Amino acid sequence: MAAHNLKHALFCAIITLVISYPILGFNLESEGTSIILEGAGATTILGVLLAAVIVFLFQLFRDSVMGSLRQLPAINPLANRKPMEQSKRLRLESTLLTLMIIGALIWPFLASRGAVDLATLVLIYIMLALGLNVVVGLAGLLDLGYVAFYAVGAYTFALLSQYYGVSFWFALPIGALLAALFGLVLGFPVLRLRGDYLAIVTLGFGEIIRILLNNMTSLTGGPNGIGGIPDPTLFGMEFGRRVKEEGNTSFHETFGIAYSGEHKVIFLYLIALVLAVITAVAIRRLMRMPVGRAWEALREDEIAAKSLGLSRTAVKLSAFTIGAFFAGFAGTVFASKQGFISPESFVFLESAIILAIVVLGGMGSQMGVILAAIAVTILPELAREFSEYRMLIFGAAMVLMMVWRPQGLMPMRRIHIELKRQE
Amino acid sequence: MLVLEDVHTHYGKIEALHGVSVEVEKGEIVSLIGANGAGKTTLLMTVCGNPQATSGRVIFQGRDITREMTSNIMRSGIAIVPEGRRVFSGLTVEENLHMGGFFNTKPEIRKSQDHVYELFPRLKEREHQRAGTMSGGEQQMLAIGRALMSRPNMIILDEPSLGLAPLVIKQIFEIIGKLREEGITVFLVEQNAHQALNLADRGYVLETGRIRLHDTGKNLLANPDVQNAYLGG
Repeated sequence: MAAHNLKHALFCAIITLVISYPILGFNLESEGTSIILEGAGATTILGVLLAAVIVFLFQLFRDSVMGSLRQLPAINPLANRKPMEQSKRLRLESTLLTLMIIGALIWPFLASRGAVDLATLVLIYIMLALGLNVVVGLAGLLDLGYVAFYAVGAYTFALLSQYYGVSFWFALPIGALLAALFGLVLGFPVLRLRGDYLAIVTLGFGEIIRILLNNMTSLTGGPNGIGGIPDPTLFGMEFGRRVKEEGNTSFHETFGIAYSGEHKVIFLYLIALVLAVITAVAIRRLMRMPVGRAWEALREDEIAAKSLGLSRTAVKLSAFTIGAFFAGFAGTVFASKQGFISPESFVFLESAIILAIVVLGGMGSQMGVILAAIAVTILPELAREFSEYRMLIFGAAMVLMMVWRPQGLMPMRRIHIELKRQE
Repeated sequence: MLVLEDVHTHYGKIEALHGVSVEVEKGEIVSLIGANGAGKTTLLMTVCGNPQATSGRVIFQGRDITREMTSNIMRSGIAIVPEGRRVFSGLTVEENLHMGGFFNTKPEIRKSQDHVYELFPRLKEREHQRAGTMSGGEQQMLAIGRALMSRPNMIILDEPSLGLAPLVIKQIFEIIGKLREEGITVFLVEQNAHQALNLADRGYVLETGRIRLHDTGKNLLANPDVQNAYLGG
C-alpha cells in the first residue's frame, strides 16, 4: 500500500543519517593543547540509526499517519459549537478582562519577587506587542524594526535622567512622544513601499538606531550602555533604602514599615500593569474609531481606500506613529526596571520576538496578543532546566502553532460596527 | 461639469494618452468605450490624479484639479467605482458603506445609507454579512452603493459589468439610469459597448490613447465603424 512511498522514505532515511551522524557521531575533545577527534559511543550511533528507522517508517506510512492526525480536531468538543453572539461575546470578554485585571492587581502581593519581576517583563512585552499589533495586525504594514522605537523610549529616559536629572514621570510622556516622532519620520520614506520591501527598510531602520546608539559613544556610552537610571517615585517617595535625591522621602519611612526590596519591584509591576491597561484600552478605542476602520480598509484594499478619498499618507503615518508611541512607553518602563540599558537589549531578535507574539496571538486580536505575550515570555523561563533545548522547544512550538492554528491563538474577531438608529 | 482638455498621461516614458479631450455635462450619462489597452482606465485614473496628467488640464466643477492630490479630488464631489469592484471583503456590507461616507457626519451617513438600501434592497438583506462572501453582482451593487455614500455630484464607473451575468448587468444598468434621474452625473467606462451606448446621452470612442469618435449614444450605435469594431458587426 505504501510502495510508492518507498523510494522517498529511503531517501529521507539516508538524509537523516547523513545529517545527524557527523553532528552527533563525532566529538572534539581537547587534550592538553591539542584537539582530537573522537568517535561517539555505541549508544549515540544506535540512536542515530534508530532515528533513521523512525524517519523511514514515518515517511513510508505518512499518508495513513497524517490521515489519522487530521481526524484529531474532530475530537475537539469546541469545534462544532456555534459562534457566540456579538453582544454576548463582548460582555463575556469585558467581564473576563475585568477579572483578569483585578487578579493581576492582587497577585504581586502573594507571589515571589522573581515572579513579579518576570511579570513586569511580560507586561512590557504586552505593551510592545499591542503597539506592533496596530502596525502589523490592523494596518497590515510588516515592520521588522519595531525595536527601534522601544530603544528610543528607553534611551530618552536614560539620557534625560543622566544629563538633566529628569524623573521617570516626566520622561514617560517625552519618551513616548519622541518614539512617536521617530515613527512619523520613518513613516515618510516607507510610504510607497509594501510587503517585503517595507519589511527590509524597517529592518534597516531598526539596525541604524542600534548601530547609532552603539557608536555615539560620547553621548550614549556606546556598548557600555547607560547605568544608574533612577526608579520611578510615588509622589516624591523613593523606594531605595536611602533617599538619593534631595527633597524626596523614602517610601518605607513615610509609611513606617520595614524596608524591603520587594516594594520597588511591586511598584514597578503596578506601573507596568496600569500602562499596559491604558495601552490596551486606548488601542481598543482607536480600533472602533474611524481611524481604526481606515487602517483596516487600507490593509484590505489600498486602491479602494484611496478611491474613497482616504489619504494613504495620513493613514499609514498614523499607524506607524501610534505603534511607535506605545513602544516608547514600554521602553521607558524597561529602562526604569533594568536601571541599565545598552544597545544589546535592542537587537533584531527582540523585533522578531515581538512580531512572533503578534503572529502567534492572531493578527489584530488583542486578547490573542496578550496571551501570546505571556506564553512567549514565560515559557522560556519555565523551560530553564532544558536551557540547551530552549530555542529548539520554542521553534517546535512555533511550527506546531502554524500547523494547527495558522491564524494564531485567538484569531481576530472583528467587532462589527453598527449604526445606532434613532427610531 | 467635468472637462478634460488635451490631456497627455505618461507611465514613465511611455505616453498612454495622446491629447484627450472629453466633456461631461451636468446630469448626463457619458459612456467611454474602447478596446483593451485603449487607455480607458488610464483616462479615469488621470481624472483621479493617479497618475497625474503630464500636460493638459482636468477641470471639475470649474476647478482645475490636474495637480490635486488624489485624496482631495475624491473628497470634492467625485466618486469612483473602481474596476473589479474592490469591496473590503473582511468588512460587513454596512461597514463598507460607512467607509464610503468616511468624511461625512453621522446623520448624513444614516441618510445616505437608507438611500442606498432603497436603491439596492438586496444590500439591506445582507447588511451584516461580510462583503467577501457575496456574489459578484451583489459586490458590484455594494461598490456602487459605497461610492454613493459620499453624496457625489458625479460618479465614475469603471467596467461595472465586468464578469457579471447578463441578468445582473441589466439590473446594474437600470440602477445607473436611476442615478441620472436623481441628478447625478455619470461617466461610464465600458467594454460592453452596446448597453453602455444605449443608456448614454453621449459617447466617446477611445482608440490607442486618442478619441476617435464622439457623438450621441444613438448615433454611435448606428455608426458602421463602431458596429464593426465594438458591436460584433
